[in-house]
Amino acid sequence: MEPIDMKAAQAAINSFANKDVYIHLETTNGAYASHNDQSFFSAGAFIRNALVRYELGKITGNGPFRVGLKINLGWIYAEGITHYEMDEDNHLLLAGHDNAGKLAVALEISSTPFE
Amino acid sequence: MEKERSVLVVFPHPDDEAFGVSGTIATHVKNGTPVTYACLTLGEMGRNMGNPPFTNRENLPKIRKEELKEAARVLGIQDLRMLGYRDKTIEFEDEEKLANKMLEVIEEVNPSLIITFYPGYSVHPDHDATGAAVVRAVEKMPADVRPTLHCVAFSNNCVDEIGEPDILNDISPVTEIKLAAIQAHRSQTEQMFIGMEEKLKEQDPQVMKWINNERFWTYTFNK
Repeated sequence: MEPIDMKAAQAAINSFANKDVYIHLETTNGAYASHNDQSFFSAGAFIRNALVRYELGKITGNGPFRVGLKINLGWIYAEGITHYEMDEDNHLLLAGHDNAGKLAVALEISSTPFE
Repeated sequence: MEKERSVLVVFPHPDDEAFGVSGTIATHVKNGTPVTYACLTLGEMGRNMGNPPFTNRENLPKIRKEELKEAARVLGIQDLRMLGYRDKTIEFEDEEKLANKMLEVIEEVNPSLIITFYPGYSVHPDHDATGAAVVRAVEKMPADVRPTLHCVAFSNNCVDEIGEPDILNDISPVTEIKLAAIQAHRSQTEQMFIGMEEKLKEQDPQVMKWINNERFWTYTFNK
């Protein structure tokens, strides 16, 4: 993955607008967060292969970045995005990694279902 | 370590076998005991992507699958089974179906010893759910033909609630194999090794104790 290039990431987001797309969205502190620090409140969410359509998608912020998708009946957004990649399967991968290189958030967009 | 007829190891993630169990596995293999490793997921939800990132969410499972195969090769495991579940979803599977899947593997492998996680004392929900499914599967068997169950536990409260482990394996004859198995899971363990390299070289007593002692709780069935 590469550090976010706003222009390129925005162009990639635009390329999936107004068509059926599959979404992977996750946030995570890792399964060991509360084990390693008992005062830590661990929370996260995960959805894979949600089928949606967005009319408008936007990347904003000064880094880490935020990405919002205005979908047919609502919204999808992710914050803390640091890296992006268009992979060989034509998935747009957006992810936020902490300083240790651990994934904290991921938002992925594809025209075909994720594996 | 007692000589077993055959050993079945059941864990949810590639690398679960590496830290606390791979010395025991390597010892059984050295004794000529067939070892089967059933690994439920490919650790798809691993978080370590590197800085700068060396992989991404979609590619990570492909890397971890190869690492798992390499670890099995290093340990001499002939029968590696990847069961195709998804990381962090084991506890949400149908419990009865999952137990039946485990039973299917147990009946086919016919082990005298099963190694898995201690349900309720293994921190990660996948660990607890995997251990629970194995317990449930073994409970379906008549008591007189059940294999022994050795469980790994490491929650903060485990010793308080289930006591000290009753099985302590000194695996120092196979330390090198164990370290190679841990290193095979490079995407997960490389960072940790950087911090440990010096201590391993100096044979730091604390680190060597951690590496060379593998601890298990023998599970007592209520049913």
